[in-house]
Amino acid sequence: MQEAFARMQRWAEGRLPALTRYRRGESLPILLHRRRIYIVPSAFGAGFAFLLMVMLVGALNYVNNAALLLTCLLGATSLSSMLVAFRALNGLRMESVQAGHAVAGEPIDVHLHFVSSGRPHQGIQIDMQGAQDAVALRPNENAQITLPLATLERGWQELPRIKVWTTWPFGLFRAWSWLYPQERVLVWPRPEIFGPPPNMPSDNEEIRQQWRRGDDLSALRDYRPGDPIRHIAWKVSARHHSLLVKEFEQPEGKQDWTLDWRTLEHLDNETRIARLARWLGEAETMGRHSSLWLPEEDIPAGRGRSHYERCMNALARLP
Amino acid sequence: MKFTLRRPVRTEAPVSTRVFDLLCLAIAVVVALHASHLPIWLTIVLALLLGWRRWRRLEQPGRAPAYVKLPLLGLLAVAIVTSYGSLFGREAGAALAVGLLVLKLLESESSRDARVIVAFTCFTLMTALLFDQSLVITFVVALGLLPAMAALRALEPARLPVSFKGEFRPVLVTLGLSLPLTLFAFVVVPRLSSPLWGAPQSSQARSGLSDDLAPGDFSNLLNDDRPAMRVSFEDRPPPNSSRYFRAYVMWGYDGRRWSHAATRRRTVDMEARNVIRYQVSLEPSGQSVLPALDMPLSAPSIGRLAGDREMQAFRPINDSTTYAMQAALVYRLEPNLDDRWRRAALQLPQGFNPRTLALGRTWRQKHGDDVNAIVREALTMFHNGVFRYTLSPAPLGHDAMDDFLFSTREGFCEHYASAFTVLMRAAGIPTRIVTGYQGGYWNDLGNYLLVRQSDAHAWSEVWIAGRGWVRIDPTAAVRPDRVDLGASAVADSQSQWFGSAWLRDARNHWDVVNRWWNQGVVGFSALRQRGLLSPLGIRDADAEKLGLLLAIGCVVFATLGLLWALWRQRETDPLRAAMMRLEHKLAGVDLVRRHSEGPQHYLTRAARALPHQRDKLEGLMRSYLDLRYAHDEPPPELLRAFRQAVREFRPRRVVK
Repeated sequence: MQEAFARMQRWAEGRLPALTRYRRGESLPILLHRRRIYIVPSAFGAGFAFLLMVMLVGALNYVNNAALLLTCLLGATSLSSMLVAFRALNGLRMESVQAGHAVAGEPIDVHLHFVSSGRPHQGIQIDMQGAQDAVALRPNENAQITLPLATLERGWQELPRIKVWTTWPFGLFRAWSWLYPQERVLVWPRPEIFGPPPNMPSDNEEIRQQWRRGDDLSALRDYRPGDPIRHIAWKVSARHHSLLVKEFEQPEGKQDWTLDWRTLEHLDNETRIARLARWLGEAETMGRHSSLWLPEEDIPAGRGRSHYERCMNALARLP
Repeated sequence: MKFTLRRPVRTEAPVSTRVFDLLCLAIAVVVALHASHLPIWLTIVLALLLGWRRWRRLEQPGRAPAYVKLPLLGLLAVAIVTSYGSLFGREAGAALAVGLLVLKLLESESSRDARVIVAFTCFTLMTALLFDQSLVITFVVALGLLPAMAALRALEPARLPVSFKGEFRPVLVTLGLSLPLTLFAFVVVPRLSSPLWGAPQSSQARSGLSDDLAPGDFSNLLNDDRPAMRVSFEDRPPPNSSRYFRAYVMWGYDGRRWSHAATRRRTVDMEARNVIRYQVSLEPSGQSVLPALDMPLSAPSIGRLAGDREMQAFRPINDSTTYAMQAALVYRLEPNLDDRWRRAALQLPQGFNPRTLALGRTWRQKHGDDVNAIVREALTMFHNGVFRYTLSPAPLGHDAMDDFLFSTREGFCEHYASAFTVLMRAAGIPTRIVTGYQGGYWNDLGNYLLVRQSDAHAWSEVWIAGRGWVRIDPTAAVRPDRVDLGASAVADSQSQWFGSAWLRDARNHWDVVNRWWNQGVVGFSALRQRGLLSPLGIRDADAEKLGLLLAIGCVVFATLGLLWALWRQRETDPLRAAMMRLEHKLAGVDLVRRHSEGPQHYLTRAARALPHQRDKLEGLMRSYLDLRYAHDEPPPELLRAFRQAVREFRPRRVVK
């Protein structure tokens, strides 16, 4: 029994890759067309068909032609609704996929961009690993759908197969198509929950206190990417070859963190990554400058969201 | 161990107000359609319940609590049993279905409930057609589908915003597109040769001619404006004064009513000339009599010829029925009357109408055996006396004919025919009464004669030796225009309420549509189905052949539909179209353009792959880039040259 089922499934996969979820990966954009759209009656459609049979037999039995005409009209309308369901999907195109950011174990937002053909597409439902959303597109319009995708571990994660389906217009038929875009999303490493701070030579409390009591403007230093523009000392910079930045008390109070892969040699890979990720997160929340050295990438000191994302991406990509 | 009595509650989102409003509208149409046969209080209660539910849901969404639903359900069952006697049968069943539909709305919140309601609405809409399948009702039923199907549409997630009115247009379009398949299926669906279970007997009395004639019977009929039948003639229609449609022949008289008796008689002899052929489409009458033009020659396929040449259908006419007939305008019916029937045609009740009988006997003494003279005497009396034609005559007493002839002197066909027949019998002339229809409206537009119930008429037949039964219409002596112009002309002088000619014209035009509906749709039978299909080469279409035809037709329509569904707008940019053509040609030699590939890169790659066509491909590339990017609008002559070059280009695979 099971063997027969497995054989049937293999046959179906070979014959009709689009029908089953075992479709091979494909490159974007994906256009939905007649070869990959399938239609079956929904449960309500089957019930409605039964009702129509009852009505048909009743009308024929009582030789009531008006009732027969009504039954025929309902039947014909149901059949046309099948074509309408097909047209709701036909011509729809998945243009691109973007992903947000998430650490491993948390769902990551996947943005799917759909482009309509010259027709409106309504009641389009999209399933991706249990997450579901619906969208309607006007003619020649784009729509973006955001679905959460569960993540397990850091690194590249393949997008699962996506089911695009609809019961438009009357819920009598269900039309569907499986999409398997060859796209992947990058999942950040999960930071460790607790651990030692980075070991910096001059980072102690007394010095920080001292610095904090100083003047507003305490020093000038070279410009580094990520510095706010309003901190640039334009007049002074004009007399120098490079841009100079005014250092104020608060950022001054925290020394740059030089985060280095090599300083954590006694740990295994994943723990190192988790610790670096935590430090990066702490630096980001404290507004501290940080630089990151990794075996294949050396990110200079910086600050702000884009710096953080760059560092986390680099950590996520580590082998 | 823990037991729970409650069903696990599924948390399904309630349907939107829009869906609920559409459902309410659909159910309101259902209630309105069934109002004609539901008890009036039930209609009102259901309508109020519907309104209350809608108002309440706006205030506070949620299912109606069980302590509201269950008593209502019980009340409904009790009410139906008390007013109909049972829960089953056509009327009671329909009332129950409508009631349940409204009650179902009380507890409808989820989309599953809404779908159930829509399906049930479709069913109850159909049951409305079991009571009346006229054109108007069918049209209203079809309109009732609009909110029902719109509700299904509104149930779908993620729709483009649309106004309440806008909900109906797409449904209307879908219904309209389905009409061809509907009509095809309607024509081809195999009909049952015999019903699977008993067809419902209508308990409603239908008005129409009855098989006896009592005072006052006709006045209801003469005010009834509904069509009784429609007649189309093969050649020219007979003149109005010959349009007598016989239904019942009445012999017996008990002083008050004339009765139709003796069907035991064998069909009597007749000699006939001037035969005309015609076709009758009869409205449902609930009786088995088939009115036939004076004098019918043979029975149609659905009935038989009774004695006195009345037509009897084998089954009561409960649906619109069409039959073909032949009639003789000049005839001699029963030239030899045997004694027994002669006595029957002279029978008079004892102790009634002494003055009338005396008058008849006087005429007999005066004219002797000259039947014509006696008849003329009577007609002259009606014509010259102070007799008045009216549809609301004064009531008559015990000696009805005496009162009519000597005191009230007003009445309509039934009075004149009765009085005349009694007079003739008193004078010793065999006479009987015939009821039927006379006249009718000739509809030029549809080329047929429309006979209404108000055209009902009664006249007499007098037996004259050598000539047989001769039709004498005493009413014509009083009001010749009753016979020449028809009942409506006479009625006009008395009742003006549906007066104006314009209105009458409109009604007669409307009747053409009704006739078409009755003949084409309601009266469509297995016989007509066969007749319609035989020109297509399908002889004796049985269920198997019809099923096959239905399947083939569905495939044809599905193909047409698929073509429509797959139809895509052609590329309107000629340059783009030409480039796509080139890409298609190159794809034939495995040079498929990648999604992200620009035209220059693609054609350069193609030129590399096909070295001996390199010049051509590079030329094509240059002219494409030139056309596309050097001009706002591609110059026509260059475009033409490019398309020409694409057309002539034949990619050849490199032979290695």
